[in-house]
Amino acid sequence: MKYLEAIRLALSDLLASDSRVFIYGQDIAGPFGGAFKATKGLSERFPGRVLNSPISEDAMTGIAIGAAMDGARPIVEYQFGDFASVAFNQLVNHAGSIFYRTGRSCPIVARFPVGGTPGGGPFHCQMPEAWLSNHPGLVVVAPATVADAYFMLKDAIACRDPVCFLEHKYLYYHLEADFDPQTADHPGLGRAVVRRAGDDLTIVAYSGMVHHAIAAAAELEASYGISAEVVDLRCVRPLDEETILASLSRTGRIIIASEGWPFGGPTAEIAALVAEKGFAFLDAPPVRLCARDTPIPFHPELFSAHHPDDQAIVQAALDLAKY
Amino acid sequence: MLMNDPADRIRLFKVMVLARTCDDRMAKLKAQNEVAGSVFVGRGQEAFSGSAGIRLRPGDLFAPLIRDQAGRFGFGETPLEAVRTVLGRRTGAMRGRDGNVHRGDWGTGLLPMVSHLGAMVAPVVGTLLSRRLAGKQRDGDLSVGVAAIGDGGMNTGALHEAVNAAAVERLPLILLVADNQYAYSTTSDRTYACKHLVERAVGYGVAGHRCDGTDADACLATVGAAIAAARAGGGPQMVVADLLRLAGHGTHDDASYVAEDVKSRFGDCLQMYERTLVQQGALSADAVAAIRDEARKQVEAAVVQALAEPQPDPASEDWSARSERDLVNVRSA
Repeated sequence: MKYLEAIRLALSDLLASDSRVFIYGQDIAGPFGGAFKATKGLSERFPGRVLNSPISEDAMTGIAIGAAMDGARPIVEYQFGDFASVAFNQLVNHAGSIFYRTGRSCPIVARFPVGGTPGGGPFHCQMPEAWLSNHPGLVVVAPATVADAYFMLKDAIACRDPVCFLEHKYLYYHLEADFDPQTADHPGLGRAVVRRAGDDLTIVAYSGMVHHAIAAAAELEASYGISAEVVDLRCVRPLDEETILASLSRTGRIIIASEGWPFGGPTAEIAALVAEKGFAFLDAPPVRLCARDTPIPFHPELFSAHHPDDQAIVQAALDLAKY
Repeated sequence: MLMNDPADRIRLFKVMVLARTCDDRMAKLKAQNEVAGSVFVGRGQEAFSGSAGIRLRPGDLFAPLIRDQAGRFGFGETPLEAVRTVLGRRTGAMRGRDGNVHRGDWGTGLLPMVSHLGAMVAPVVGTLLSRRLAGKQRDGDLSVGVAAIGDGGMNTGALHEAVNAAAVERLPLILLVADNQYAYSTTSDRTYACKHLVERAVGYGVAGHRCDGTDADACLATVGAAIAAARAGGGPQMVVADLLRLAGHGTHDDASYVAEDVKSRFGDCLQMYERTLVQQGALSADAVAAIRDEARKQVEAAVVQALAEPQPDPASEDWSARSERDLVNVRSA
């Protein structure tokens, strides 16, 4: 099953099992089924519950908030995560503040197609997790595997807080894996997991970058005899500090890799966490690998040089091993 | 405007008096240094706001804004609830976590506003949509949602997106537009360029109504008709009232920028309604005095009680922004 198909299956299962669930977004109804086809066939199977919205990200999100407060479990689809900047006010100031202000939960799930694809340019490739995760009232998750795309979307609906669900666009059709949707055994929504065990250094990543980290770890093992552990955050906010620090305590070295910008994002947050709570474990300074500090370029050559990849992680690991 | 129900007229007048009394007392509490932040009053807007409040019923929604104390009281808020939040008391619905006009309770349909103008309209639309999807609405007798806005807020993207979405879904939203001539200090000619804001109804594909916001009977009849039309299934309604904010934006603002010729065009809806009701024999002067006295007693009792109630305590405050304390273990069934 492909990553996108897992999302579609989760949506379909949620619509089938929970009458409170409906989906609201641009171009999501049949026969079109969404810009990326995440909802293909769902409006036909679930009439009246997969609704096309106007191009109004703010209203889509506000409508989801009102529906959630009425007992529904709305799922909003932004066509591209970049356009959720229009919905920033409803997400951050409204959904994110309701619980603290009123004591009532606001269980909305907002789906963000994120991440870069060549030729996407500055407004169809962004990683919004740094903007979103600064707010204490939002949950921000970024599944990297096919199974996580399925289970974490279902878990997001079980969560009583507003969940920003970041789906990596490159993974939609490029990532394929078998998994058993029936299994009861999957990590909870906020849990980070070790994707590959290792002894010499820890690579923390999330979303699409997890696959670069896994590829880098394989090359480090095969070519250099370096044993790298890969921690997939899964959930960016709140952070599973325990899993990150436990891995660091075993390896003593850490690389934090992200497709997002360097300033004030999850990589900076984890570096701060490591400095504050993991200082005694460190054999070398923590290393951050982030996108270049510019808007995302359009040209494929510029684009591929804009964010770290497996080779960048390998190089950083080799440098770190020498420290 | 004799078509208004006599009992509704008295109810509206009482709500207007109570709102004015409460607003004035809150402003005084501010002057007495009992209130953090500013106090925002609805002086001059009570007729329009109150008309909506008294025409709503339990199960409906009301998303008030800054100057809607009359609508809040009409919809069922008590002076005690209002005063508690203005004073930041732990006993109030917002528990000191939010203050002044940002109060309400999603459970009763009185929505706690965020400050961003236009932002509360889409949530009203969302609840109405949810009720339709869940089969909770009864054809011809819908629960409705009133969202308040002003001449300033009419120009936000959020407002436009939400009204358009409501129109597309043909939901029973009533947009209550108080054109009070000033967006804070900015005059309407710097705020919008159409002749009258009600013209925008055509663009949205919703029903448009307008009334003199200083004439309580006109407000009651017009707002009442709009709410009835939405309830019956007529889709979104936009009601624009022309009126003047007879105070500053908040107690911190002396409103010295309000031009004399503008002031001369707008009367005080409360004074005028009292005169009308007495002249028509709907209320005696004694009855008016009794209503004022009762309002003062209610507000004073609320103030005395709220002042004696506890403030929030930073040491025992639950500093949690999320419902889920243990997200690591959140899992679907």
